[in-house]
Amino acid sequence: MESLYLLVPLSLAIVFLIGWLFWRALAGGQFDDLERPAQEVLMDDDQPRP
Amino acid sequence: MDCFHCELPAGSGRRVSRLLGTERVFCCAGCEAVAHAIVDGGFGRYYGTRMQAARTPEEFKPVDFSCNSGEASLILERVTCAACLWLIEQVLRASPGVRRADVHFTAHRARVTWDPAQTSLARVIAALRAVGYDATPYGARRQQEADERERRTALWRLFVAAFGAMQVMMYAFPAYVAGGDLSAEAAQVMRWASLVITLPVLVFACRPFFAGAWRELLGRRLGLETPIALGLAGGFVASAWATVTGTGEVYFDSISMLAFLLLAARYAESAARRRAAAALDRLLHWTPSSSLAAGARVTVAPGERFPADGVVEGGVSSADESLLSGESRALAKRAGDAVLAGSVNLEQPLVVRVTRAGAETRAAAIARLAERAAASRPRLVEAADRIGAALTQIVLVAALAAGFYWGDAWIAVAVLVATCPCALALAAPIVLTRANAAALAKGALVTRSSAHEALERVTDVVIDKTGTLTAGRIVAAGSDCRDLAAALESPSRHPIARAFTSNEGESLLKVESPRNFPGEGIEGTINGRRLRIGNRAFCEAIAGPIAAQGNVFLAGDGELLAAYELSDPLRPDAQRLIDELRARNIAVHLASGDDPAVVEVLARRLGIERWQGAMTPQAKHDLVARLQAEGRVVAVIGDGLNDTPVLARADVSFAMGSGADSAQLSADVVLTGERLASVPEALDLARAAMRIVRSGFAWALAYNAAILPLAILGLIGPWEAALGMGASSIIVMLNASRPLGRAQPWKASTSSSRSRSPSFS
Repeated sequence: MESLYLLVPLSLAIVFLIGWLFWRALAGGQFDDLERPAQEVLMDDDQPRP
Repeated sequence: MDCFHCELPAGSGRRVSRLLGTERVFCCAGCEAVAHAIVDGGFGRYYGTRMQAARTPEEFKPVDFSCNSGEASLILERVTCAACLWLIEQVLRASPGVRRADVHFTAHRARVTWDPAQTSLARVIAALRAVGYDATPYGARRQQEADERERRTALWRLFVAAFGAMQVMMYAFPAYVAGGDLSAEAAQVMRWASLVITLPVLVFACRPFFAGAWRELLGRRLGLETPIALGLAGGFVASAWATVTGTGEVYFDSISMLAFLLLAARYAESAARRRAAAALDRLLHWTPSSSLAAGARVTVAPGERFPADGVVEGGVSSADESLLSGESRALAKRAGDAVLAGSVNLEQPLVVRVTRAGAETRAAAIARLAERAAASRPRLVEAADRIGAALTQIVLVAALAAGFYWGDAWIAVAVLVATCPCALALAAPIVLTRANAAALAKGALVTRSSAHEALERVTDVVIDKTGTLTAGRIVAAGSDCRDLAAALESPSRHPIARAFTSNEGESLLKVESPRNFPGEGIEGTINGRRLRIGNRAFCEAIAGPIAAQGNVFLAGDGELLAAYELSDPLRPDAQRLIDELRARNIAVHLASGDDPAVVEVLARRLGIERWQGAMTPQAKHDLVARLQAEGRVVAVIGDGLNDTPVLARADVSFAMGSGADSAQLSADVVLTGERLASVPEALDLARAAMRIVRSGFAWALAYNAAILPLAILGLIGPWEAALGMGASSIIVMLNASRPLGRAQPWKASTSSSRSRSPSFS
């Protein structure tokens, strides 16, 4: 049970870290265009340039 | 054989060349050059992934953008599908000197950064034009930036609530499964951790609820946010107190879950609404130039939008008016034709004399009407709002009473949360927005959302003849000497003259010393020969007695050259309108001010049983009033010019919308594309929309009626209340997102399979 005193605060720290990462991604515009990823699958540039 | 690039029929100017392994046919040198540029650039896969054909490329005016900052936002033009956006991005990135290019797929915009030492904006745009697209730099409007910020914040709130709810659930889980086995200290650690996570969920993610409740408090009216805010705040305070004192129950998990579910429903609603209103937004965000005044002359280059409504004075081109009318074909534009602000000039430069600018343009009028539509609500929705407000009061009283009776604050919170009629508020707005947007795409601009209610119940349609069933545009029958007639009539702006000059692409004969005799005709000399076109007496004066039938004659000295019969033809979809209305069991009445004999012929031809001619506006009005007295719900379709009284009397009115006259725009529905077939489509949409709205209300009310007694009896705990409330909102949201009307077959362009030939795989 003592491990909880370490693990719970640790999980709290991780939660806020993930929250901060998501905020960075959001502010960086990663979620602005949600249509693009769906289309990009079809246009994946998997051919070597001639 | 169709063109490989634009898929239009390749006619006389066809060209054949080898591309991607086989011989390809092109309709013109432009398509050929563009296709080769695309393939040579290494982007041949575009032809394999596209869903729509490309636009036929055209001559562009030389680029004269100067921008030295090395960064620009571009609006992309001539995009037909996502493959175009991919191609544009690839071309931009491959263009020398471009550091970075990102295409926004949803907004059809691109952000480009380049090295000013190596290239210029002009060269970047030229690279796009080489593959058949165009782009114009733009400064982001403040409104759009604000919308974008708002959307980001909403997503961020949703994430905080979702992630918080998940994590709090983790901390709550041991207490649920272990029950009494959990040591008091361990449980206390979990509670504190939950409190720490729930705090940002409540303070940041739930701010819209508290802000809404605060506004409702300031406005001294009970809305839907008040019980939600009270429930969230009450639950949190009670849980926090229990945590600090180490006694009682905590429901942090329920609070954060409720926040997440409600925010998810709201985010989905605004996302769906934004998608539905995208077409409308393009219209609203495009503002006509206000620096022009009527009478000014402007030259509009191909690819540009017309800055104001006007009349073409020089040049021959075509215009894309789909944004304004739902008409997807390009419309030919030549001298004398009207052009609309916001439509795109497609082929050649046009000289336009401005007739209406700024707020007077049709685009501005449509935008105003669309905004008005958004502000008005059907009676059913208003009734639901009143019920919602009444329910809120009941909920607040019931929560207080139950809390005191049981002596348990948690029961009060459960009642507040479980029975808040939130779902009622979600049921209607998005459906109506979607219905309005779908109708606009089909050429029917709904100017009042309340019209849907009447549209759904229409039993009778009263149709005007001239300008409604007929185009109100005269054509001349008779094929003799049309070239001479066209040449003579060409300088005239008279409607009859347009009957002769509307043929396309002809080079007119030269007319010497033309003279206009108002009310009689036109005289002129062609190839040294004096000719007259006009009425019988006018032509008989030089040709002698005329025996032929007709209402317009073409005569030379001493001889009659041709006789023409003028008529006002039916619109092409008039028959379809009548048939479709009949298929929906709607009675059709033809009411015309025209000669009864003419009206009868027309009614018989179209199969309309109830018709009446020689009607005054008053008689039409009385007809509608009589039908309404019999309990019928009457829709009137008119041209909006001379039937204002009858349009006003009708339960729902349609007006043909070719002009921006205020009379036309006072109708409930404006047929912006002048397509009669839009009427049954609007009826279907209204039926589907109202059905969905009603089922949403039914669900929300049934849920509330079922849950209220359970919650008051203390049978529902806070977590069940949160789940029930959230699920109810989400279900209503999903219901509102159902397709409107019959499912449409997925429209892949037939050409995509053809162009996806094995050589690209």
